[in-house]
Amino acid sequence: MADLSQSPLAIYQAHLDKGELAYQWSPSAGKAVFYPRLLCPHTGSTHLEWRRSAGLGTVYATTVTHPPQGDPYNVALVDCDEGFRLMSRVEGIAPEAVRIGMRVRFRVHRPGGEAPAYPVFVPLEAAP
Amino acid sequence: MSGLRRAGAAIVGAAESDLGHVAEGLNSIDLMAQGIARALEDCGLALGDVDGLLCATTQSRTSGLSLCEYLGISPAFIDSTILGGSSFMFHVAHALAAIELGLCQVAVIAYGSTQRSVGRRQASVREINPFETPFRPFLPSTAYALAASRHMHEFGTTREQLAAVAVAARQWALLNPAAWEKKPLSIAEVLAARMVSYPFTVRDICLVTDGGGAIVLTAPERAKSLKKPPIYVLGCGQAITHANISSMPDLTRTGALASGQAAYRMAGLGPRDIDVVELYDAFTINTILFLEDLGFCPKGEGGRFVEGGRIAPNGELPVNTNGGGLSYCHPGMYGLFLLIEAVRQVRGEAGARQVPGAATAIAHGNGGVLSSQSTIILGNAATV
Repeated sequence: MADLSQSPLAIYQAHLDKGELAYQWSPSAGKAVFYPRLLCPHTGSTHLEWRRSAGLGTVYATTVTHPPQGDPYNVALVDCDEGFRLMSRVEGIAPEAVRIGMRVRFRVHRPGGEAPAYPVFVPLEAAP
Repeated sequence: MSGLRRAGAAIVGAAESDLGHVAEGLNSIDLMAQGIARALEDCGLALGDVDGLLCATTQSRTSGLSLCEYLGISPAFIDSTILGGSSFMFHVAHALAAIELGLCQVAVIAYGSTQRSVGRRQASVREINPFETPFRPFLPSTAYALAASRHMHEFGTTREQLAAVAVAARQWALLNPAAWEKKPLSIAEVLAARMVSYPFTVRDICLVTDGGGAIVLTAPERAKSLKKPPIYVLGCGQAITHANISSMPDLTRTGALASGQAAYRMAGLGPRDIDVVELYDAFTINTILFLEDLGFCPKGEGGRFVEGGRIAPNGELPVNTNGGGLSYCHPGMYGLFLLIEAVRQVRGEAGARQVPGAATAIAHGNGGVLSSQSTIILGNAATV
């Protein structure tokens, strides 16, 4: 087999750069796979397909982390409707107002400079 | 664990190194060596008897090499498996297997950390995870806080119930002269302490101390001729569910469910047969999760179970009798200290905190962010 030309991380990041949240689908397992990788953790198959998420999800767990300096911020785990979970944060509301079960929508966050884009979420009701 | 024989080996020596804030210039290998010297003294064996060595620390990339060089030994069996704070429970299972197979006769398990002296950031390498690091989780606290949020949501667990775990640990610590914390603690004080990651204040979170120690294992026949009564390894179990919290399948159900079942099966015992319970309490939610997953109360009832001093001294169930990682010591990886305390309780040498007539103990180790779980069940001669 030919060597890979692009890592799973690079493909994921390229989608984010276009404003898309990508995940993998394992046909052998019939399940979503996240984070992106080279082998399905359900079946061991190396056949994984890339899919684009609709960007809708539900907050699974949430906390407000208080750094030694600076403002407290939200850290959440979000279950996307396609069946994968990721760490993120919910923006646009106070960090302590984020609730488990809250419906949220993806948007890309571009921190600027050399830092890669990453996915954040906003409450569905407040989304543009 | 299938394949391992109940009481196939016994713990014959157990000791801590210096704890708390150790003398300047001591390193993690110094503390391992000090623990080994004390544990060998505890059982009456000499360094020359040791032909099996197991160790782990975050402060030495190849701690097995460093420790062999320091001790001047070339052991027949060596293992430096590192899976977080539960590593030492995994080591017990590996030592049991090695002794049974004749790979070694006398196995020592050692740990050392100078995390307090050198600072948390110096003590372990910070790993970058492109799927978590951008969100600035303060690890491990943020990860355990996410698990606590889920437990509160599903079962109505309260911050007061979490605080009750810290208060019970403190009450036990006040009975332990080696404990770091020396003053009483109230639920109100836990709740009013500095918030770290909701729902945890700094009092819901383990200490940052230096410390180390060692335990010595050998076959039952040899164990009987040594200084102290042998404490038999009755059961071992292990489970790994994930590495990062975003990959944990269910934040309220840990691998302790599987590791506990395996250990109980091997021991031929159940939760009702356990006299002393030592659980890896890096955070207050841990004690609640492990009480549930190891069968001491039903799933979801852990918060209510710990209320009213049930796990405190003179309560129904003695839990974390040394004061735990919350109030006794927590030098980075805590698993070995659970085993040391379990041995002392089953020997009946735990002083003011002794659980009367303790014949069995469970020592449950946790590693990573609820990632690796390993359960050891110990018993005295009456249980064999």
